Amino acid sequence: MFGYYLDLALRSLKRNKVLTTLMVLALALGIGATITTLAVLRLLSGDPIPQKSAQLFYPQLDPYPANQPFSRSGKRVPYLMSYIDAMNLIHARKAERQAAMAMSQVKLTPPSGVGKPFYAQGVLTTTDFFPMFDAPFQYGSGWTAADDEGRAQVAVIAGSLNDKLFGGANSVGRMIRIEDHDFRIIGVLRTWAPQPRFYAVHLGGHSYGEGDAVFVPLQGARADDLMPSTMMGYGKSIDVEHLETAPAIWLGLWVQLPNAADVAAYKMFLGNYAKEQVALGRYQRTDTALSGLMEWMRSEHVVPDDVRLQAGLAFGFLLICVVNTVGLLLAKCLRRSREIGVRRALGASRGAIFTQFMVEAAIVGVAGGVLGLVFAELGLWGIRHQPAQYASLAHLDLSMFLFTFVVALLASLVAGLLPAWRACVVAPAPQLKAV
Amino acid sequence: MELRPILSTLRRHKVTACLLILEIALTCAIVCNAVFLIGQRLQRMDMPSGIAEHELVQIQLGHIGKSPDAKAQTETDLAALRQIAGVRQVGVVEELPFSYGGSSNSGLMLDPHQQQPTVNVSQYMGQNILPTLGVRLVAGRDFGPGEYVDLDTAMAALKTGDTKGLPQTMIVTRALAERMWPGKDPLGQTAYVGKDIALRVIGVVASLARPNMLRMGPQYSVMWPIHMTLADGASYVLRTAPQDREAVIKAAVAKLKQLDPNRVVVTKRTYDEARREFFASDRAMAGILVGVIVALLTVTALGIVGLASFWVGQRRRTIGVRRALGATRGDILRYFQTENFLLATFGIVLGMALAYGINLFLMTHYELPRLPGIYFPVGALALWAIGQLAVLGPALRAAAVPPVVATRSV
Repeated sequence: MFGYYLDLALRSLKRNKVLTTLMVLALALGIGATITTLAVLRLLSGDPIPQKSAQLFYPQLDPYPANQPFSRSGKRVPYLMSYIDAMNLIHARKAERQAAMAMSQVKLTPPSGVGKPFYAQGVLTTTDFFPMFDAPFQYGSGWTAADDEGRAQVAVIAGSLNDKLFGGANSVGRMIRIEDHDFRIIGVLRTWAPQPRFYAVHLGGHSYGEGDAVFVPLQGARADDLMPSTMMGYGKSIDVEHLETAPAIWLGLWVQLPNAADVAAYKMFLGNYAKEQVALGRYQRTDTALSGLMEWMRSEHVVPDDVRLQAGLAFGFLLICVVNTVGLLLAKCLRRSREIGVRRALGASRGAIFTQFMVEAAIVGVAGGVLGLVFAELGLWGIRHQPAQYASLAHLDLSMFLFTFVVALLASLVAGLLPAWRACVVAPAPQLKAV
Repeated sequence: MELRPILSTLRRHKVTACLLILEIALTCAIVCNAVFLIGQRLQRMDMPSGIAEHELVQIQLGHIGKSPDAKAQTETDLAALRQIAGVRQVGVVEELPFSYGGSSNSGLMLDPHQQQPTVNVSQYMGQNILPTLGVRLVAGRDFGPGEYVDLDTAMAALKTGDTKGLPQTMIVTRALAERMWPGKDPLGQTAYVGKDIALRVIGVVASLARPNMLRMGPQYSVMWPIHMTLADGASYVLRTAPQDREAVIKAAVAKLKQLDPNRVVVTKRTYDEARREFFASDRAMAGILVGVIVALLTVTALGIVGLASFWVGQRRRTIGVRRALGATRGDILRYFQTENFLLATFGIVLGMALAYGINLFLMTHYELPRLPGIYFPVGALALWAIGQLAVLGPALRAAAVPPVVATRSV
């Protein structure tokens, strides 16, 4: 029976080529636009570290004076941390793992003869960074807590930098010159670039794109005067030479808390810490916060507003395309009242007529989906040529590919419902009389 | 034109008519808001910077840490850059209007004991800024050589509380002067940064936009007489004739490399490039919105063509009868045009309400201003025009139906 409906539907679609083309084209445009923007939105709002994100938390403390709140409303807790607080929390070891970090644009001087000095994105951090974020090592390993305290001049470099400087060979033990100081390479990472670069929100640099190039121990790097990209002061001025003791926030701290009990305990710990600091006279506020990774991404608007606006726009567009298809399908179906009357008189049930029209709608949907996929690929190609930092990441994966067809089929079936229902309630007698 | 027969016909095609109205309403709502968004972006991209945009090039060198000879090096560089053919002015500037690459900002107060600053301003620091950037002075004067202090001296003075090492004067934009001292002569007025820094206004410039954080007020900028070196993160800015910019960049980079081959050129660009980069996402968004509008109007127009063609086909006999009874071709043509006009009007009325709703949503979620009233009549006109254009073809076909159709049995 299905084959017969298919045949009928194809005949009907062929009979009115212009109308069919219009329907398919409109649906395809709507689907193309929707899939393009959804692919980008999904890419940007995705989980940067799916296996770990539920365990990663971002604590916040408020060292700002009472008469000078961090935000005008006074409601926001500062999103960066001072060195003293970050070190206190790290040394307290209340979480399974904890690491402080700052970003820095650093000058790298290749080993003699390889090329000119260039700038790259560096991360100043502490030992737990690599195991906590599951950064995969190709050669060597990260540094230890003793290296942190001993201000060791060691570095972990990204695979891409290793390829560039050492041709991809095992460079552990070799030296790299960062800002005119020599660091010994102790580890080389495999390709590692979480999207978004969740750990660097508010620390400077891009949220999307390539990963960072070098990772060095925070204390060791600061001993060599490497400067963080972002710092905010809450005193008279920021004494950049003594950042560690200055009234300034410039570090991000991440902690790993495996279960809900740990989270509750850590919240309690943060609250007590803040109260303790108030008692010591260091703080004047007891506000603290602890956000999960995905919650943090959302509250800090990591996904650009424009991208969400575009997705909304595309959905509106798809809605109009569906309404358009409903109208055209309906027009077609009403025109065929006589044919329906004949079929009904010859014994076709209402269900049969309904199915027949839904099959026709589905064919339009599948055709619209195929064409929509072409439009979506074109759209993504256009996005890849846009000046956005996430441009190079815009691709259609298998799940989005399948999703396109689901959306197309769903849209066309929804569009087909009304016409199919109208068709199946056509009374056969008056139609036959007119013939 | 009698409306009654049209309305009674439409009543017999309720569902199709409603669908068409809905489609026009949705299109109207989205197009109104999209055009508004485009307007916002264009307005943003068109903001005046107050500087001689087409005459400037910027060169930034990477500098590491504090080197004691940074000041001497800067002087040597400046002297060398001035020698380059075609260079009219050379300056050291920490930031440029509408450009990425950091900015330094502070809260300006009218009274040193204020709890909250009056306005957040961006401060331009460096040497020879006014003539190099080509900012127009409308009152007062530029800084004299004796007013400048070194950044290091200023920072040290701030730490010790010695006000002598701090800058004493500043130049403000006209917009800032009007915000701080409305109706008064800004020259000679004093503003405070924190409790310790008191700055007297000695000059007012027509316009100078801040680099970023435009939400704080795009024209709220000041200039401080503070000497910067490249080690402080500043850039060299060269002013030249527009056609010489590329040549000047090349010559300047060659000259700087010759002076010290170990330095890394971090940025070399014309100001136009910097500004283009800053507004790139706005331009892209405006482009996308234009594309969406065109696609939407096309889809809607095609939908109208499709439905109108269907109606014409369905009513061939009725049309024939009307023609046989004396209706002219013009009558038939006008019938379909009026019908479309009616449907479009219903759609537009519904669409305006929707447009307003969408705007309210966008206002709360994306910090957009209210949709100005002018968009409503303009949107209505656009949709009426599209509707009439789309229906013209089918209506002409309807008008061409000969009266003889009425006499033929089907």
